[in-house]
Amino acid sequence: MIAQTLLSGLTAGAIYALVALGFAIIYNASHVINFAQGEFVMIGGMAAASLVETGLPLPLSILLSVGIAVLVGLVLEKLAIEPARGASVVTLIIITIGASILLRGLAALVWDKKIHPLPAFSGDAPIAIGTATLLPQTLWVLGTTVVVVALLWWFFNRTLTGKAILAVSVNRLAAELMGISVRRVLAVSFGLSAALGALAGILIAPISFTSWDVGVMLGLKGFAAAILGGLGSGPGAIAGGLALGLIEALGAGYLSSAYKDVFAFVLLLSALVFLPNGLAGRRVAERV
Amino acid sequence: MALPLVLTNNYTYEIAILVGLNAIVCVGLNFLIGYAGQISLGHAGFYALGAYGSAVLSARYGVYPVISVPLAVGGVAMLAWLVGKPVLRLKGHYLAMATLGLGVIVSVVLANEDWLTGGPDGMTVPPLFITGEKAWYWAVGAVLLLTVWLAQNLIDSPRGRAWRALHGSEVAAAAVGIDAARHKLAAFVLSAAIAAFAGALTAHYAGFLTPSKASFLHSVELVTMVVFGGMGSTLGAVLGAAVLTTLPQLLTVFKEYEMALFGALLMLTMIFMPQGLVPTLEKLLAAAGRKAE
Repeated sequence: MIAQTLLSGLTAGAIYALVALGFAIIYNASHVINFAQGEFVMIGGMAAASLVETGLPLPLSILLSVGIAVLVGLVLEKLAIEPARGASVVTLIIITIGASILLRGLAALVWDKKIHPLPAFSGDAPIAIGTATLLPQTLWVLGTTVVVVALLWWFFNRTLTGKAILAVSVNRLAAELMGISVRRVLAVSFGLSAALGALAGILIAPISFTSWDVGVMLGLKGFAAAILGGLGSGPGAIAGGLALGLIEALGAGYLSSAYKDVFAFVLLLSALVFLPNGLAGRRVAERV
Repeated sequence: MALPLVLTNNYTYEIAILVGLNAIVCVGLNFLIGYAGQISLGHAGFYALGAYGSAVLSARYGVYPVISVPLAVGGVAMLAWLVGKPVLRLKGHYLAMATLGLGVIVSVVLANEDWLTGGPDGMTVPPLFITGEKAWYWAVGAVLLLTVWLAQNLIDSPRGRAWRALHGSEVAAAAVGIDAARHKLAAFVLSAAIAAFAGALTAHYAGFLTPSKASFLHSVELVTMVVFGGMGSTLGAVLGAAVLTTLPQLLTVFKEYEMALFGALLMLTMIFMPQGLVPTLEKLLAAAGRKAE
């Protein structure tokens, strides 16, 4: 029982971590909390499910739907975030909330308001490990997350574009003076976040299905994970996601499944009271 | 107040009442967001607690609504004071997340404790002594005027000035001797109590209550109304509530396009009027006035 619970917690946690990484990347590059992050998750899952329904092979559908999400992310940055540069934090939050309502409305129009399944990547036959059983999709979720995290580490530490994004997040003006195009950095980070969100949506769809409104709760959980870890910290986002997933699974398994969401947020609140900047957050000095 | 001339049927009265109730919440929330400069993404939680508090007391325990409404408002104010103390130490996005979390917890509890609240199916609420759309219209109008009057007096009082100083810079405010924590808490508790009061009134007016009143989306709607109208402007809060309450009713003509249109309108307004409706219009008027001279 405990192994089973921990496993399902890790699976959910990996998904939250991917969404949280999307929040962190956009926050670092632009200081915007993108409340439309959950909609990238929805677009990924819904696009993949509908493409598979039209008879396209699964790998091609996955690639195409990540591409669609990236496109949406780039358009969002170009049309909504860039013109509003310099607006206050609350205004930017409301713009991204408007975007998420718009995207959800469009999804209900383009697709429908029904629940859609996506076939598991490699069959549904459960694998037995000791007393616990494991769905092959769980391995896909965990494996892909590990690979993605490794790729992100390589991207941010070993490539010029990745280092440029880090430079902009540390000091935008200085980065600009060094010849880094902030516009390109913003575009890349929105595209990257959209891809991460879409991937999370596709990975989880065979386990928990997908529909036009899955983005709301997954987006909130991703935001919670990003905050728990400390905004803008990559390792923090991953740790926050896994912690959130595990606490939820343990609470749902041993205490009450109806209060699953409450455990996550109670943990978050108590963590914030003692660690006001998250698990890995830096203390930021305020400019007077 | 001249609106009854245009309001010809019960439906238009109903919308006017809803506008009034939302405007009351927004004028209160504006103390916190517009003046004290703190965000709350969980005010629907206080709104719903006020509504459910009064509804449960009057429906399950036979307390007269005249007594249950102030009891519920008092309870919510105490709760806001208790949770506000640790939570308001957080800043910016962390505060947004913490208040959001509070809202989610309230909505899950309301949906699950069905022995008390009726669960997701909702519960019926006994009526207040006010009956009929017209009586409600005048009652809500009076409460709204009272709230606006309170707001106008408060923002020019020492407390209001302290709030605005906090919004400008917390460090600078502290340097001139403003107790930041105490003033933030006061704005938080006052706005929560006003939200609870409007929530309780809405419950007794509608006669029916569901946990969706506590949802994250409702919190977002409330904040959106304040920011849309213009932060730090009482007129803005009222106008924001009026526009964003009637707009979805008007957009229902577009049926399935309603949601996408609403989202697009929200984005466009905030992109082109980042200050909100009223401050932007005031600026335009001032510019036009200068040109005329």
